[in-house]
Amino acid sequence: MKISIQVNEGPYQHQSADTAYQFAKAAIEKGHEIFRVFFYHDGVNNASRFTVPPQDDRNVVNNWADLKNADGSDIDRVVCVAAALRRGMLDESEAGKNSVEGNNIHPAFRISGLGQLIEAGIQSDRLVVFGD
Amino acid sequence: MSTKKFMYLNRKAPYGTVYALESLEVVLIAAAFEQDVSLAFIDDGVYQIVDGQKTDGIGMKNFSSTYRALGDYDINKLYVSKESLDERGLSEDDLMPLVYEDEDDDWAEKPSVFVVSNAELSKIMSDQDVCLSF
Repeated sequence: MKISIQVNEGPYQHQSADTAYQFAKAAIEKGHEIFRVFFYHDGVNNASRFTVPPQDDRNVVNNWADLKNADGSDIDRVVCVAAALRRGMLDESEAGKNSVEGNNIHPAFRISGLGQLIEAGIQSDRLVVFGD
Repeated sequence: MSTKKFMYLNRKAPYGTVYALESLEVVLIAAAFEQDVSLAFIDDGVYQIVDGQKTDGIGMKNFSSTYRALGDYDINKLYVSKESLDERGLSEDDLMPLVYEDEDDDWAEKPSVFVVSNAELSKIMSDQDVCLSF
């Protein structure tokens, strides 16, 4: 089955980021394909490359970044542009467009629009939402 | 592109958290994809379409007028939980009179809001392909 995931909460504050990751991992192990993971609301913070958790804790951002489909293909990790910008999450391109110095999106993630979420709903057999 | 039934489930008050505002942003984008779109308002989500919202005192943008524009985007199925209204001492009269113009009926103005029981709502939900919960 082709599955897409929407993550609505930030890492460490809320378990849903971890639960979504565990779900994705389990789905892949069961032979399903993850078509896209879409990060929305505070979920955009899952894509910060500046995340530095204590050494004895899990690294939520790297967990997402290292997740691969069973055939080794990469997973499409999309961060909503509107939600990201209002929360200070920018990649190089958005930083340039908005005259902001520096950028913090992990290279395993890409910034794009909400249309990617709707398209994931259309293209996937299931869209699973994680959040409050 | 194939057509699916998308339902946006609004469960939170319009202010206090950003879920309602950002849900509405998804709905407006979704309209461009020509899918079958409906909205449901349950729990505190019913407050999102209460008439006469004023936000001056909390310094937040009042985005309630955006719901009035949904009809122009062919989004005209807004289901409201009767039980959620009752629990909060609200009735249909407290809601914004949201309407759309029916192009198949000489652009007659018709209501977009339907107050339904939770039992009816669960039937409508089980008929959907995609439910996005906010």
